[in-house]
Amino acid sequence: MSLTRPHRHRSRTRDFVTPEGVNLRLRLAGGSERAIAFAIDAAIIVVALITLTILASAVLSGGGGEAAAIIWLIGFFLLRNFWFIGFESGQRGATPGKRLMKLRVVARDGARLTGGAVVVRNAMREIEVFLPLQFLAVEAATSDLDALIGLLGLAWSGLFLFFPLLNRDRMRIGDLLAGTWVVHVPEARLLPDLAATQDAGPRRHFDERALRLYGIYELQTLEKVLRQGREDSISRVAATIRAKAEIPDDGEDDAAFLNDYYAALVAYLESELVMGRPTDTKHGRRTT
Amino acid sequence: MSASLPAPAPARAHSTLFREAREAEWMRLDALLQRIEKRSIRSLSDEELMALPVLYRAALSSLSIARETALDAALVAFLEQLSTRAYFHVYGVPETGRAQLRRFFAAGWPRAVRAIVPETLGALVLSVMGAILGFAMVTGDPAWFYALIPEGLAGGRNPGASAEVLRAALYTRQQDGLSVFAAYLLTHNSQVALFCFALGFAFGAPTALLLLYNGMILGAFYAVYAKAGLAFELTGWLMIHGTTELFAILLAGAAGFRIGRAIAFPGGMRRMDAAVVAGRTAGPVMGGVVIMLIVAGALEGIGRQLVTADGARYAIAAGMLLLWTGYFYLWRRGDAERR
Repeated sequence: MSLTRPHRHRSRTRDFVTPEGVNLRLRLAGGSERAIAFAIDAAIIVVALITLTILASAVLSGGGGEAAAIIWLIGFFLLRNFWFIGFESGQRGATPGKRLMKLRVVARDGARLTGGAVVVRNAMREIEVFLPLQFLAVEAATSDLDALIGLLGLAWSGLFLFFPLLNRDRMRIGDLLAGTWVVHVPEARLLPDLAATQDAGPRRHFDERALRLYGIYELQTLEKVLRQGREDSISRVAATIRAKAEIPDDGEDDAAFLNDYYAALVAYLESELVMGRPTDTKHGRRTT
Repeated sequence: MSASLPAPAPARAHSTLFREAREAEWMRLDALLQRIEKRSIRSLSDEELMALPVLYRAALSSLSIARETALDAALVAFLEQLSTRAYFHVYGVPETGRAQLRRFFAAGWPRAVRAIVPETLGALVLSVMGAILGFAMVTGDPAWFYALIPEGLAGGRNPGASAEVLRAALYTRQQDGLSVFAAYLLTHNSQVALFCFALGFAFGAPTALLLLYNGMILGAFYAVYAKAGLAFELTGWLMIHGTTELFAILLAGAAGFRIGRAIAFPGGMRRMDAAVVAGRTAGPVMGGVVIMLIVAGALEGIGRQLVTADGARYAIAAGMLLLWTGYFYLWRRGDAERR
């Protein structure tokens, strides 16, 4: 049981109930993760075009300049559109950049992601990314009135670009219209069970008074401390627990002591939980 | 004191027991998912494919139990991500490409196009208005031509050019088959189509301007060629791919209008839901627009270079127009099928 999250809506976690009735609590991708994913994709596309250009000019000795222009005109247009549409309508629902960042495009209502939705969300990229770029080009290339128009256009199209930062769900305009959002699905490994009996020997025994000092919140903080394994925090926490439970420091290893305490506390709190007496924090049951 | 005696049989935590009992099936699911993610779902055997939903439901049930009874935060986090990854492979995956394509061509595309007929007519009216306007402006004062048409798009075809130059632009066969100029025109027009759609989001106003402007460019060229007495020939040159390309631009604009309309006037729905519904109609239309643009590109790059006779050009233009209108508005086989 994880703790209730009072700011569920402000956070990036969203309720997402499967047909089986289990809430998966999806985590939305953040703006920076998505920006990085896009930068990776853009880099791959540009590198591919450069390679293609070099190849073409090697093969066509002579008309290389013309071929290069055609490659950049058509190739860039095709790649920037079909790269995203092609990969996202595949099984992974993600471009290579998104895959690297562990992101995935998902239909907001939990249904299948349709090809149409993918086309819509990527056709919108034209005004989100390439329209600002074009206004930027106008800005750089000309002067006077054109520059002013370019500047206004840049500000206007910048609204589209920064749209994801202006809504809670971090949706692009394309996401909004296509009914999709981008979620972060990390590949977590099952970490070892800290409470499992170790071969090293019997665990320490703690009496109930020592175990009643803390609640679930403190337990999970202790779990974090143990998993991070930083020595200074481990010894500090061990000292605090010893002082509170009035256990003398008999010179044993702090980490082993904490591990034993953790195992005992998990067993105690879980049995209380199953009996319907959850202890949320050291102050007891939280009144909600 | 409290802590010294070793317990005879240390009480084992519930989450430890739970983990021991279920860990094997989680690991099996994790291994299957990793294979799907690394390679593809086709790398699974039939037996493994059948096991996937079963293992997924087992993981979900483990997650529910763990959330209520286990205090090992890492365990809950693992089960959450395992269930989520499995969910997307069990429910979230699109249909196979072939099934989706078949449905798209048989029903989805023409039905979506039929759903936006009013917007399509609106886009057509705007374009025609723009064309008339552009024609009138350049006929009245040829200087307007330079204001309307960017240098790159004109490609030497301007009011000062002689009839021979203009004629040559229509019939000269490029050596490479596809010149830089043709490539530029192709991407320019495809981008106009995408912009027409995407800018519909801003309540449709920029789309209307873009359609109007695109019409004006067309009208301006006509004015130049009409003065040289080549309007008939220009139509052949333009429409061999233009019936497809301009149609695609109209449909893209219409899809944009549909979205702008849904956002401006959501009716009884929430604005966001209205946008999603409009997006669902626009999706197949835009998928189709992409296909039409590819066809137009092929006609422009290859067809126009090979076919230089006016009659043949007109025949292809009319044929394509008939094909599209017939397919979109007359061929209703798809309606009988379920949605």
